[in-house]
Amino acid sequence: MADVVRGQFDRRVNRRRLYGQIFHALCLISILIGLGMLALLLVDIFLDGWRRVNWEFLTSFPSRKPEQAGIQAALFGSIYVIALAGALAFTLGVAAAIYLEEYASRNWVAKVIQINIANLAGVPSIVYGILGLEIFVRYLALGKSVLAGSFTLALLVLPIVIIASEEAIRAVPPSIREGGYALGATRWQTIWRLVLPQAFPGILTGVILAVSRAIGETAPLIVMGALTFVPFTPDGPMSRFTVLPIQIFNWVSRPQEGFHEAAAAGIIVLLVVLLSMNALAVLLRNRFQRRLEG
Amino acid sequence: MKSVADNSPIIETRDLNVYYGPTCVISGVDMEVETHKITAIIGPSGSGKSTLLRCFNRMNDLIPSFHMTGSVLFAGRDLYDAGVDPTEIRYQIGMVFQRPNPFPKSIFDNVAFGPRVNGFRGDMNALVEDSIRRAALWDEVKDRLKESALSLSGGQQQRLCIARALAVQPQIILMDEPCSALDPISTLAIEELMRELSNDYSIVIVTHNMQQAARVSDYTAFLNPGEDKTSELIEFDETRQIFTNPKDERTEAYITGRFG
Amino acid sequence: MAGPETTVHDSFADAFAAANATSRWKKYLPERIIKAVLFVCAIASIFTTVGIVSVLIFEAALFFQEVTIWEFLTNTKWTPLFASKNFGILPLVTGTLLTSIGAMFVALPLGLMSAIYLSEYAPEVVRQIVKPILEILAGIPTVVYGYFALLFITPILRAINDDISVFNGLSASLVMGIMILPMVSSLSEDAMRSVPRSLREGAYALGATKLEVSTRVVFPAALSGIVAAFILATSRAIGETMIVTIAAGQNPTFTLNPFVPIETMTAYIVQVSLGDTPTGTLEFKTIFAVGLSLFVITLAMNLLSQFIVRRFREVYE
Repeated sequence: MADVVRGQFDRRVNRRRLYGQIFHALCLISILIGLGMLALLLVDIFLDGWRRVNWEFLTSFPSRKPEQAGIQAALFGSIYVIALAGALAFTLGVAAAIYLEEYASRNWVAKVIQINIANLAGVPSIVYGILGLEIFVRYLALGKSVLAGSFTLALLVLPIVIIASEEAIRAVPPSIREGGYALGATRWQTIWRLVLPQAFPGILTGVILAVSRAIGETAPLIVMGALTFVPFTPDGPMSRFTVLPIQIFNWVSRPQEGFHEAAAAGIIVLLVVLLSMNALAVLLRNRFQRRLEG
Repeated sequence: MKSVADNSPIIETRDLNVYYGPTCVISGVDMEVETHKITAIIGPSGSGKSTLLRCFNRMNDLIPSFHMTGSVLFAGRDLYDAGVDPTEIRYQIGMVFQRPNPFPKSIFDNVAFGPRVNGFRGDMNALVEDSIRRAALWDEVKDRLKESALSLSGGQQQRLCIARALAVQPQIILMDEPCSALDPISTLAIEELMRELSNDYSIVIVTHNMQQAARVSDYTAFLNPGEDKTSELIEFDETRQIFTNPKDERTEAYITGRFG
Repeated sequence: MAGPETTVHDSFADAFAAANATSRWKKYLPERIIKAVLFVCAIASIFTTVGIVSVLIFEAALFFQEVTIWEFLTNTKWTPLFASKNFGILPLVTGTLLTSIGAMFVALPLGLMSAIYLSEYAPEVVRQIVKPILEILAGIPTVVYGYFALLFITPILRAINDDISVFNGLSASLVMGIMILPMVSSLSEDAMRSVPRSLREGAYALGATKLEVSTRVVFPAALSGIVAAFILATSRAIGETMIVTIAAGQNPTFTLNPFVPIETMTAYIVQVSLGDTPTGTLEFKTIFAVGLSLFVITLAMNLLSQFIVRRFREVYE
């Protein structure tokens, strides 16, 4: 009887193995397409733009003549806006994360804030531009200034900072807090002297991640009203400004080949800044971890 | 601060009931912790030994669902009185945890942490040295005070945690299974240290190791969960009495079951 | 304070008693202030949401006083900046739909297969290297993808088929698909990796091949996570701005033809922002109506995705 049943199986081992191999190959090809596109993009941009990346390009203002156009104004604008936005998002975000994790981890206020943050993280960035335009530029009358731009970007990346900081704070073992409390430390003393130093590498990584997101943002600042043609470096927080991605966008949208080359060169600068920030994040994290492990 | 005579108990509980949410986990505990003696709390796992211990320095306050009735008197004063701030009493009641939990800081900074947060303005170097000496760790670490505490062995880390607790000048030290994560040799070192410390401090130790309770303690409290999972204090007496001539048959069953 | 009355450390004990007596309020007043400050910071995110919602609703309400919601939702012409004005959002919606669906046609199969490769096939070493590299794709600014779409992909497409215009939905879709691929792949991979090993081992023990385990055991078990990832990625594509602004054109056309210039909701907002439309005019208020529509659509998708994750999460022991 068993033999009869056994005979009814058609295991088709060979065919199944073939399908398996085809599927494996398809999966591999998919991931290679992704990686290949990345390589293609980087090579294309490098080939288009490397001739223009030099000191003159970094220190010139935009111009009607593509070969004279440079990114000084945009570069400084980006630095000003990002520095302010980063500082603001860091302060607000870490403070919010401390509150949520250490003071209110289970009550309903915390739950509402958590759900709210999860949804804010999914709001399209251009909507933040509308918020910035209405609240900061018009209602608070900051004008289309560096300050208004940094506020807008700070709110945009705030969820990233909060979520990363919360994770870092949660990863600090409870035994460390208990040790602090048992010695008579107050809640804040425990947080400030024990929890935050240990959570710092994680928080830092989150902040750098948030800042690199902010550096590449274009749409919210356009909507907020940043300029596209700026022949000056910003001279203070109330100055009008442009940023690197907007400058690149401006050059891409022009028909002349020369401007496309300038755009590619601008992209190279932007990507170099982004990659070095990520490298910095990895470096800092390793250093802190080594120091903590002694 | 109220003074306590040497012969009166430093901690007294009166009809102590502990709840997590609606569940009563410990009920009706009346016991005393004598000054300059070692009191052991024993009982099967899940009998609420650590929970009881954590009532003595209000560490349970950190658990949201915790609440209790009855009272815990520390040096004659109710710890759970509305006017008492938990952080204010915790520095007078040292605690050592199940696993060594040194802060990821230097050896020196670990010991100096408590004094710093409590606003100590005296000679910090002398205080740190004194505390580490009392924890019988000085000779091993005196040349490497700036090194990370995490570079110490498990037994050394636990003694560092004891030094850390001593540095804030507590009157009593609570130890929550302080040797459960240590090897036998380190355990012996800690037990010797406890005997020595009992000259100056009152000590409460939670342990699941009955030999340890018999070896080091002067008094023993036996906790046992009843059928409704609520633990009760079955017997509290001098250690010699508990281990040689227990009054309650449950105590005897527990002790002989473990020894035999 | 009754310290142990033996040795030198009585003086330490006295120092503590003194310190605690004087610094008591110094220690507790800051505690309260700090807690209050932290609370205010935590509330800031709520204000952001309130700000977004109230700005959009308030300004859009002004717009709908002059244009009926019915016209807005059903008219198939969008020409607010022309002399003969039409305020039908449908052309912008079809533009957005076309590019997002196109992007998902690229991102879904590639992302899913990549995830299966990383979760089921790749050796740990390969995974450790490939995953961060894929994540670089997610970190590249969208304006860079816009450049790539307009100046690299479009010329290639036009060389293949000369019906394709310089600005077209196809090129933007393809590149946007590449951009959200890492999102689909890493979220799906997370979902698949959380399927317990025992399930896989059970199937292998019955003689199943890797293909069968991946597609018949792991994939169905991780389905809710994958669907949630898919919805999140679509929502991201709908809100994406720069690629479509640069490569898809600025001609609101009621069409699903991927070869001709179109305009998405996001691109329209950018177009008005870059132009010289005076604020306060009806033409300018259109961006709030369009922004509100965008916000509602993406919010609904995010909520749906969260709901699916919560509702259908498999609980493994």
